[in-house]
Amino acid sequence: MDTKKVSIEELQEVVGEDNAREAGAEDAVEGVEPSFVVEPGSVEELSALMKLAAREELAVAPRGGGTKTHLGEPPRELDLVVSMARMDEIIEHVPGDQIARVQAGVKLRDLQEKLSEANQMLGLDPPEAAAGATIGGIIAANSSGPLRLRYGTVRDLIIGITVVLSDGTVAKAGGKVVKNVAGYDLGKLFSGSMGTLGIIADANFRLHPIPEVARTVAVNLESPQAAGEASQTILHSKIMPSACELRWSGENKQLTVLLESIPGGIEAKLEAASFLLKSFGDVQVLEEEETDAPGALSEFGEDEVEVKIGAPPAELAGVLESVLGAAERGGVEASVTGHAATGVTFVRFTGGTDAEADAGAELVEELREIWSRRGGSVVLQRSPLGLKRKVGVWGPGGDSVGLMRRVKDKFDARGVLNPGRFVGGI
Amino acid sequence: MERERLVDTMESILGPEGVIHEHEQLRTYECDGLMNYRVIPELVVLPESGDQVQQVVKVCYDEGIPFVARGSGTGLSGGALPVKSGVLIVMSRMKHILEVDVPNQRVVVEPGVINVWVSQEVADEGYFYAPDPASQIVSSIGGNMAENSGGVHCLKYGFTTNHVMGAEVVLPDGSVAHLGGGRAPDAPGYDLLGAFVGSEGTLGIATRITLRIVPTPESVRTLLAAFDDTEGAGGAVSGIIGEGIVPAAVEMMDALTIEAVEAAVHPNLPDAGAVLVIELDGPEAEVEEQFGRVKEICQENEATEIRVAEDDVERALFWKARKAAFGAMGRISNDYYVQDGVIPRTALAEVMKKISDLSDEYGFRVANVFHAGDGNLHPLVLYNGNNPGEAEKAEELAGEIVFACLEHGGSLTGEHGIGEDKKKYMPKMFTEDDMNVMQLLRCAFDPHQICNPGKIFPTPRLCGERPGPFHMHPIQKAGLAENF
Repeated sequence: MDTKKVSIEELQEVVGEDNAREAGAEDAVEGVEPSFVVEPGSVEELSALMKLAAREELAVAPRGGGTKTHLGEPPRELDLVVSMARMDEIIEHVPGDQIARVQAGVKLRDLQEKLSEANQMLGLDPPEAAAGATIGGIIAANSSGPLRLRYGTVRDLIIGITVVLSDGTVAKAGGKVVKNVAGYDLGKLFSGSMGTLGIIADANFRLHPIPEVARTVAVNLESPQAAGEASQTILHSKIMPSACELRWSGENKQLTVLLESIPGGIEAKLEAASFLLKSFGDVQVLEEEETDAPGALSEFGEDEVEVKIGAPPAELAGVLESVLGAAERGGVEASVTGHAATGVTFVRFTGGTDAEADAGAELVEELREIWSRRGGSVVLQRSPLGLKRKVGVWGPGGDSVGLMRRVKDKFDARGVLNPGRFVGGI
Repeated sequence: MERERLVDTMESILGPEGVIHEHEQLRTYECDGLMNYRVIPELVVLPESGDQVQQVVKVCYDEGIPFVARGSGTGLSGGALPVKSGVLIVMSRMKHILEVDVPNQRVVVEPGVINVWVSQEVADEGYFYAPDPASQIVSSIGGNMAENSGGVHCLKYGFTTNHVMGAEVVLPDGSVAHLGGGRAPDAPGYDLLGAFVGSEGTLGIATRITLRIVPTPESVRTLLAAFDDTEGAGGAVSGIIGEGIVPAAVEMMDALTIEAVEAAVHPNLPDAGAVLVIELDGPEAEVEEQFGRVKEICQENEATEIRVAEDDVERALFWKARKAAFGAMGRISNDYYVQDGVIPRTALAEVMKKISDLSDEYGFRVANVFHAGDGNLHPLVLYNGNNPGEAEKAEELAGEIVFACLEHGGSLTGEHGIGEDKKKYMPKMFTEDDMNVMQLLRCAFDPHQICNPGKIFPTPRLCGERPGPFHMHPIQKAGLAENF
C-alpha cells in the first residue's frame, strides 16, 4: 500500500515496538491487503489505538485466530488489521457459578481445556476451534457446531461483553450472572456482527457441566425423505439429543445422533434412539474412535464453493433435494454436512465452480430463490472472489436491512470497521 | 395536535370502542403492576391488528406524541407506566394464536396472548412453552418479550429471549420490520431480535411473535426439602450444581415466607428455617438416578425433612406454595416491597447475612423467596404504609439490598426489569459510556425518543436528528434530557 495515513512509529507508540508491523500478503482479507497489523495488549491500548485510527480515518479489520477471514464480502478498504492475539487471558472462571470471563483473543480450545479441570465447558463446538479460533472471532461470526442443538448458539451462552467502538469508547453490557435483564443486551447485538459495530475486548459466558458419558448412534439412509423423517423423529422424541448431524456425499449418507447422559441413563437413551431410527435404515452404535467431530470438513480446495443454508428444520428433505438437483443440473459434486435438526446445512460444491463461476452463480441463485421464499437464507460461506462479486455473500436481507444500517451508522459513524463486509453493504 | 382532533384521528383508525378518553376510565390505566408510580395517559387505544398498531404509531410519530405499549400490565418495574400527554397502546385485544407448527417447533402468536395459553395449545402434541413467570396465567407474551421474563424453570430452559425466534415489529417511525429468522435459523444480519427482546418496550411494538416450543419431558420428579436455615439450603444447592446436575428448577423460601404461604394457601409446609423446592426433568432413567443423588445431597446438608411429590397433585401443591409467595405476604403484613436482584450463587451466604443485618438496622422484616439455582433473589420488605415514612424507608432498604447484590458482582434485576423503578440505580451498575453506547441502539430504533420515553436510563439522550415538522421533545423541554 502506498497511501499510508499513519506511520508505524505512531502505532508502536500505542502498542509497543514489538506489536505493530508492516502487513504482508498473508494478512490480506479476501484479497485486500492492509498496511499494518497491530496487536494491542489491553483494553486501554485497544481504545487508544482506535482513537488514533479514528483521527487518521483508518479502515480497520479486527482479527482473532484468522480461521475464517474467508467469511463475508471483501472489505471496501483496509488499513489496519487489529489482531487480538495478545489479549488472551482467561480473566475468571468460577466453577460454583458456572461462569467464565475471557478476553477476546483466548482460543476456544485453550478455554475448554482450562474449564475441563472443573468438569465444565462452554457449549460451543465450531469446527474451526481445532484450528485455533478465538472467542472474539467466534462471537463476531456467530460460529456454532453440532452441539448447538442442545446448548444453543453464542447468543444463548453469552452473558456479558466489553466492546471498543471505532472512536475508542469502551463500553460493557450484561454482567457475570446468568440471569440479568439490566440494560440493553449488547452481547446479542454483537453476536454475529462480523466486526462491523465495534471490537469485542472480552466476554462472559455461562458454562455447562461436561456430560459424564457421550455416545453416538448412526443410521444409514437411502433417500432424502428418510433423512428428513429420521431427523424429525429425533427432534420430536423425548431423548434430549445433544446433536443430530447429517452427512450426505457419495456413498456416505448418514444421520448421527449424539447422546449425552450419566452412566445410569445412557443405555436407555441409546436403546430409545436405536428403536426410533431403525425404520429408516441400518442402525449402529458407534465406537468412540468413529465419532470424531461430525461436521468438520477436510482441507478446502481452490475450485470449491461452500454455502450455508438456513431453512425450517422440517424441510430437511426439501433442502437435500434442492441441493442434489441443482448440483446435477450444474454438473458439480455436492457434499453435504448439516446440523440436521436445527435447519442448518452446509453444502460444498466441487468442480466447475472456479473463477469464471457461471455454473456456481446459477446454483447459488437457484437455491436462494427457493429458500428465501420459504423464510430461509443461503449464504456463500466460502468461495472464489469472482463468485462473491457475482452473487453476493449474504443474499437478500429482508425488511430490517434499513434498520441494520441505522444501527451501524450509530455505532460506527464513520463506517471504518470492516466496511462493506456484511449484509446490505454494511 | 389538539386533544379532540387526536381522539377523532384515533377513532377513525380504531373505531370508538377502541379509544378510551374519559378521565375516569383513563385512571384505571394509570399504573402497571408497580403501583407506587402513577401517570394518567392522554389517551388509551386498544388496537386489534398489527395494521392498526402501525397506523396509531404513525400518527404519534408525525405529531411527536410519545407512546407506551402495554400487555396485561403485570410488570413490576413500571416499564408500562404511561407518559403524561402520551398515548397508551394496550395490546390485550390482540390475543390470537395464529399458527401452530409442531414439525418446526414453532407457535406464532399475537402479543396479547397470555403466556399459559401457549402451553395449553400445544400440550396434546407433547409440547410446552418453557418460560413460566409466576404471572403466567395473566401476563402476555408481548409483555414477557419486552421484559425478557424468566420464571422458575429458566435455570435449565433459558429465558424468554432464548424462546422468541422471530417478530414482526412496528418501529417508532411507524414502519414495519421483521426481526429474527422465525422458523429458519441464523438469518444473516445483526441479531436485532436479540437486542429487542428485553428492551422494555423502548424500541418498538411487537405485533406478531414466533415462539419456540419444546417437547414435554418424559419424566418429572419434584421434592421439597426442609432445612434449619438458608445456609443449609444454600449448601444443598451448591452441592447439586457442583455435581453437574442441572435441575429444571430450584426454589428457596425462608421461614417468614413459609409462615405467610402457610397462612394464605395452607400447603402444610414443614416448620423450618428454609425450604427448597427442587424439580428434575428429562429422560426417565437419567432423572431417577439424579433424583436419588439430589435426595442424598439434601441429607448430607442436614435436611430436616424431605418430601417427594408422589403425583401431579402433590407437585402442583408444592408449586402453588411457591407461586403464591408474593401474594401471601398480605397475610402477615399490610404492605410489602418486592425486590429483584441477582447474585452469583456462590455469594448466597454472605448476601443473606447482609440482608438480615439490614433488616435489623431498618427495623423491617424481610421475607426471602428466590430462584436459588440462578441466584435471583426476591427479598420482600414488609412495612405498614399507614405509618408515615415507612414506604420510603422500605424502598431505601430494598435499594440497599440490591446494592449488596452489585457489590458481589450481581445485577440490579434478574427478571422484573429496570423500567421506571430502577433507572436511578443504573449508574451503580453501568458507566456513563456503557449507558451512552446502549442508547446508540435506542437512537437507531427511535431517533425521536417517543417510544416509552424516560424508562431504563436515568439521563435519556436525544439523538441529534430532528427532521421534518418535529418539535422540541417534551422531555428536553422539561430539562430531563440533553442532546448527544
